[in-house]
Amino acid sequence: MNLTVKIQRFNPETDDAPHWETYQVEADPMDRALDLLNHIKWHVDGSLTFRKSCAHGICGSDAMQINGENKLACSVLVQDLVGEQGGTITFAPLPASPVIKDLTIDQTGFFEKYRAVKPWLMNTTPPPEKERHQTPEQHAVIEDATKCIMCGACTHSCPSTWADPDYLGPAAMLKAFRYTFDSRDHGTEDRLEVVDSKDGLWKCYTIFNCVEACPKGIDITRWLSALKRKAVTARY
Amino acid sequence: MTFTHDVVIVGAGGAGLMAALYAREGGADVAVVSKLHPLRSHTGAAQGGIGAALGNEEEDHWLWHAFDTVKGSDYLGDQDAIETMCKDAPRTIIELEHYGVPFSRNQEGLISQRRFGGHTRNFGEAPVRRACHAADRTGHTILHTLYDQCTRKEVKFYDEFQVLDLVRDEDGAVVGCVAYEILTGEVHTFHAKIVCFATGGYGRAFKTTSNAHAGTGDGMAIALRAGLPLEDMEFVQFHPTGLYRLGILITEGARGEGGILRNNDGERFMERYAPTVKDLAPRDMVSQCIYKEIREGRGINGKDYVHLDMTHVGRDVLEHKLPEITEFSRVYLGVDPIKTPIPIAPTAHYAMGGIPTNVDGQVVGGPDRETDVVPGFYAIGECACVSVHGANRLGTNSLLDLVVFGRRAGIAMADEVRASARTRRALPENAERRTRDLLETILARTEGEKAVAVRNDLQETMMTNVSVFRNDETLSTALEDLKALRRRAANVVVGDKGKKFNTDLMDAVEIGFMVDYAEAITAGAANRKESRGAHLREDFADRDDENWLKHTLFYATDGDYRFDYKDVVLGRFEPKERKY
Repeated sequence: MNLTVKIQRFNPETDDAPHWETYQVEADPMDRALDLLNHIKWHVDGSLTFRKSCAHGICGSDAMQINGENKLACSVLVQDLVGEQGGTITFAPLPASPVIKDLTIDQTGFFEKYRAVKPWLMNTTPPPEKERHQTPEQHAVIEDATKCIMCGACTHSCPSTWADPDYLGPAAMLKAFRYTFDSRDHGTEDRLEVVDSKDGLWKCYTIFNCVEACPKGIDITRWLSALKRKAVTARY
Repeated sequence: MTFTHDVVIVGAGGAGLMAALYAREGGADVAVVSKLHPLRSHTGAAQGGIGAALGNEEEDHWLWHAFDTVKGSDYLGDQDAIETMCKDAPRTIIELEHYGVPFSRNQEGLISQRRFGGHTRNFGEAPVRRACHAADRTGHTILHTLYDQCTRKEVKFYDEFQVLDLVRDEDGAVVGCVAYEILTGEVHTFHAKIVCFATGGYGRAFKTTSNAHAGTGDGMAIALRAGLPLEDMEFVQFHPTGLYRLGILITEGARGEGGILRNNDGERFMERYAPTVKDLAPRDMVSQCIYKEIREGRGINGKDYVHLDMTHVGRDVLEHKLPEITEFSRVYLGVDPIKTPIPIAPTAHYAMGGIPTNVDGQVVGGPDRETDVVPGFYAIGECACVSVHGANRLGTNSLLDLVVFGRRAGIAMADEVRASARTRRALPENAERRTRDLLETILARTEGEKAVAVRNDLQETMMTNVSVFRNDETLSTALEDLKALRRRAANVVVGDKGKKFNTDLMDAVEIGFMVDYAEAITAGAANRKESRGAHLREDFADRDDENWLKHTLFYATDGDYRFDYKDVVLGRFEPKERKY
């Protein structure tokens, strides 16, 4: 089928502002959105710039806005975006982070927030000879959160992020949940210290955009709500 | 700019991150340089598990694991290195668990283990549950946990710096490396006491691959260009179960949980080829059997794929133990594995060969493991060849390789930095010259070919001529094609002439790397006149221990190449005929 592909382009070396470019691409319904970008880059305009690596939804490189929604370009197929006759697909960078070039954003702020929540296991007991015990039920509490590939789709889909650059955001706080609720962890206080703040949990207004955006289907708002309850019962 | 550190690790996957943690712990000033953000590294794509004789589900011993690995390697693996790895495996997994890796658990609250190809109890008696796993996202959880630990320890990272060259002084010691900063287009030198490559695999030289786009064998090509040999490059693992046409990996763990391969007759054909372990035979065997079935007309509807039948394992197992691959099958093929068998075909997956090292990760530049050690240079992970995988790697042994040898190298590098009383070796004049020339030449070119054209043809010839079944004719054809591809790769023109985030330019550099290592693979395959492990020669169908029980060393010099050989370290397991 013939597709019209509109991409928000921005070259920092020559452009004052982003602008739309349009391309015509022949595509198959089962093609990944990423395949369209690759085709344009490799055959039409080598300067089209975007991150990519695994091309199957596990590395998190190619999160971007596709038809106005944050998705992984490699995890969405053409047939998910247009009907059988074809149509238009638009690509734009994730919103609310500075754009470096085309679909490539500056992730510095995103990873600063990840670091801020102390995203590592804290266990104050001496490590045992073997593995620490954890029941399948205990594991099930955090398993959903462990699927996170840190692609940024969630954080960049949240209106609180758009309004407040200091907002920790869903991805960072999901990490805080993942470790705090890990039965092997003792870092609750350390992390609540960080997330129990006006730029942390309390700026989550349970909008649910993150859940919509998450390419791994993680129930983010639910886990952040659990972290809020923990904050309230632990500290108030 | 010049950045000065004690230890510079290139690549931030499982091996690189583990080495960084240990080198840092040992007091060295460490920097990790990666062309991707660390969390995008290909370790994250590993699915099925990490092998260790923990014995959580049933009796197991490290010696059984070692035997399976030696036999799995078709006796080309170095048995001292294999024993080191398998002995250290249980401790390593426990260490990962203590770091916080969220392994799946069994009813006793211990790390869950499952069956995997080639892993047996009691020296080949029957499959054994040795693969420790986190659902089917084991690599992802290990990568993220190690990165979390690096965050905790404030390891220094240079993200999106692509290393393009190694720097050696006039004595041949490695004194640094040269990198292109993707964000700015600047070229920098890293001046180091030790450089450690952890740059991963090379699957993108093949049309159908499980590997990420970043899998362009950079470290291997750079080592070749620096005058160092690559070991056992002819051994390329084709994973049996990639999604048909797409090559996306479907873990061996699927068969570990009961999945069965079927041909057009619905027959469980692996029963014929490997009566004892059937679908859990090692990967080289299964891929060869799949190709045989297809050649003999028993592919599905006569086409070039077979079925992976998971319809009998149950929704519960698929959605809890194999959720990622269930999703891949649904999303990319529109096939629900609960109801329908999955179309699969072998996919280029893993590099058994690579930069030769000893068991501490030190690079060995010749046949003598003692005297040929290259000062200042280490290599770990998939880009290295210790050799623990020999002619064929067992599943779950790569994740294990990363963390065992990543740790050993980290410790060894820190020890070396502490022990070295001498001053830092100086950088030679114009360390950046070769890199700057390369980039400037490409950028200045106004006419030529697009990288994609050269790459497509390279991938096509490698997939057709140097894949599972090889013979003199196919290999000669590929070598001829590669000569032409080398000329074409040197004539690539880029559309992006800018400085900032020029990925077009890096694509052009990478195609050059790909030709280099593709030649090492193909020439090695043409040179080795026997069949062993993943290297199957139709014209030399038998294993020939008398002439070929040795490692290949491939050197490239000025558009030509030569071979040398290194002995295999034998041990308690005598080479035998390999039956399953």
